[in-house]
Amino acid sequence: MRQNSKAFNRHGIITLKNVGKINPESIEDFIAHDGYIAFEKALFDMNEDEVIDEVKDSGLRGRGGAGFPTGLKWSFTAPLKVKDKFIICNADEGEPGTCKDRLIMEGDPHKLIEGILIAGYAVRANKGYIYIRGEYYLSIERLGKAIKDAYKHGYLGQKILETNFSFDLEIKVGGGAYVCGEETSLIESLEGKRGLPRFKPPFPGIAGLWQKPSVVNNVETLCNIPDIISKGGEWFRSFGTKKSTGTKIFMILGNVKNPGIIELPQGVTLRELIYEHGGGMEDDKELKCTLVGGAAGCFVGPDLLDIPMTIESLSEHGAALGSGSILVLKEGTNLIALMKNLMHFFKHESCGQCTPCRYGTEKLYRLICKISDDIARNKPDVNDLNEMLETAKMMQKTSLCALGQSPLMPLESAMKYCVIDEFKKRVIK
Amino acid sequence: MHITINGKVYDAKPEQMVIEVARENGIYIPSLCYHPKIGKAGKCRVCVVEVEGIGGLQTSCTTQVSEGMKVVTNSENILEAQRMVVNLMLANGRHDCIKCEQNGDCELQDAAYYLGIENPPYQFGIIEPQIDDSAEMIQVDRSKCIECGRCVAACNNTVVNEVLEFGNRGFDTKIIFDNDLLMGESSCVQCGECVQICPVGALIDKRAIGKGRTWELDKVETVCPYCGVGCKLELHIDRKTDEIVRITGVEDSPTNEGMLCVKGRYGFDFVKSDERLTTPLIKENGKLREASWDEAITLVASKFNGIKKKFGSDAIAGLASAKVTNEENFVFQKLIRREVGTNNIDHCARL
Repeated sequence: MRQNSKAFNRHGIITLKNVGKINPESIEDFIAHDGYIAFEKALFDMNEDEVIDEVKDSGLRGRGGAGFPTGLKWSFTAPLKVKDKFIICNADEGEPGTCKDRLIMEGDPHKLIEGILIAGYAVRANKGYIYIRGEYYLSIERLGKAIKDAYKHGYLGQKILETNFSFDLEIKVGGGAYVCGEETSLIESLEGKRGLPRFKPPFPGIAGLWQKPSVVNNVETLCNIPDIISKGGEWFRSFGTKKSTGTKIFMILGNVKNPGIIELPQGVTLRELIYEHGGGMEDDKELKCTLVGGAAGCFVGPDLLDIPMTIESLSEHGAALGSGSILVLKEGTNLIALMKNLMHFFKHESCGQCTPCRYGTEKLYRLICKISDDIARNKPDVNDLNEMLETAKMMQKTSLCALGQSPLMPLESAMKYCVIDEFKKRVIK
Repeated sequence: MHITINGKVYDAKPEQMVIEVARENGIYIPSLCYHPKIGKAGKCRVCVVEVEGIGGLQTSCTTQVSEGMKVVTNSENILEAQRMVVNLMLANGRHDCIKCEQNGDCELQDAAYYLGIENPPYQFGIIEPQIDDSAEMIQVDRSKCIECGRCVAACNNTVVNEVLEFGNRGFDTKIIFDNDLLMGESSCVQCGECVQICPVGALIDKRAIGKGRTWELDKVETVCPYCGVGCKLELHIDRKTDEIVRITGVEDSPTNEGMLCVKGRYGFDFVKSDERLTTPLIKENGKLREASWDEAITLVASKFNGIKKKFGSDAIAGLASAKVTNEENFVFQKLIRREVGTNNIDHCARL
């Protein structure tokens, strides 16, 4: 990250509000900035169902990429009469180009704890886990201290703030496998097994960790909760669009003048993100396209510059928002090389459990390598591209989890936008 | 409960998976990782079907039936997806049926036959045999393995020997023994459950190699002679030489559910051994001679009676065997207690 980044220095609205402003290692500082007020409000002034209703009312959708309504997810788990229920915070941020959760955990760890506490109270859970990727040393350290301080101040533990609500929170450090960001493999890994996805149903909300009901939420999602409770769902809805309420953290990366992380109300367009918040194209070059949502994301070209960057409007155009990372690529970028990089990523991260992904990701990588070599020799074969597309389509249809279903999206969109042109240009030459 | 498969209505039980109902009714859905004994698998992704009302393809081994469910198993969309998955399996490995022991009894071969695959259009390259020949009874060839995970599930959940596991990730995934040891150096007890459950020729009975393929062998069901459990066996017998080639457990036997121990599965040398006793022998003047059962039993009975008369019943003791059935042990203790007249009866309580 560049030090002179303007976007990086700007403060956020909800999730990034305190980041850079408060001392992340001081619970007193967090409390002085209205910390734990929302949790106390939920605990003393609201019953469990009112909390869920408020979250439903806010229209908050999961920020991990899938965009499932958070209140609805909680409402599956809340009524289950089971002794042990879990809140699992997915902090295994593995999507390439995504580092929003890290910024929150390093800059405002108590907000995450507060969000987890409110979620725990709402679904009547008594134990929480933060599954955090092993490379996030500073996040692990700061969250660890924050949890200790929260125990000392009576926000965690038995009979919190002298009520009947008890909640324990623990950090689990992951091994850095991309597939463990998938909720069921995350749970397998939490149980101490190989991180292999389970087949659904049952969904974790019904039978998750140790086959007990478990709510799995992303860091950014949970960090929206305190403000929704303290200021209300209606206030939250005042940001963003009708279907995508609130704010979203975007990571503007690549060939822009000011790359960085920024929290903006939902509905912002790609043009605004690149030319306003990102400061425009690097060296004032033309925009070729962007890769939105990381490796499992989608190429979005200049033709979609003016549509809102929300889940629903992007999906109308066959694209997806994913985690909110936006890799900006200037004219002249070698997309075949980029595709090669992406395909290597999938092949490297495939867990190997199901056939289409285990063999398919390898096949895709070998084909893109062949295409790349053939282009260098000016002899590309269009059948290889079609073969890649067919394979990725089959993988999308038959793979067990989202990893094997993912390569189609970047591949298809890349072909739609640019790879084909690039490919054809080389053929003609 | 009723479900519809390919337009026809079938009876189903509520807890059944779609593939089970299909199999019961003779509808073939190619599948490689599913086996009734290990239950839901969902790994190979070959058994996909279409279910009305649910988008996309569903694996029939993990989809539970519901009243009125409408399933299609043979649309072009399904067959195309199945073909591509099976093609990918064939692309990575030496799936050469000609000299394979599993030829004719191979579920990958069945799937390819059903889907009309002759030669896979894509190959990951020339794959060399990866044979682990270190174990006494089982040969492993990883170049034929499709990583379906049946053997791993069987070793860990069925026989609970916990030797087999998956190693590595992604394309490099392979089955390993303990901490990636050779099979012969691992803690494997050679029960052969993995061989029996392997859908392809990756795990095979070493001593059956080259001794005939499935259609050349007669199958005879019998009960294991070793111990009192009474495991049901299937002997695979070479029709020409009348020799046992291999033994497998019978899956629908309530006693052993297909499982066998190393003795039951591999200890069949004695059947045709030259050293096997076939008649009683009586020792006279330091030399053994063949005798009839009547003669031998009469001799033993008279000797026992002699001891009993001279020294009393307690001079005799009976040691029963775990190898025989409960009923036989019951009869034996009756013999010792009532006929001999002593309570000196014990049991070896081991194999």
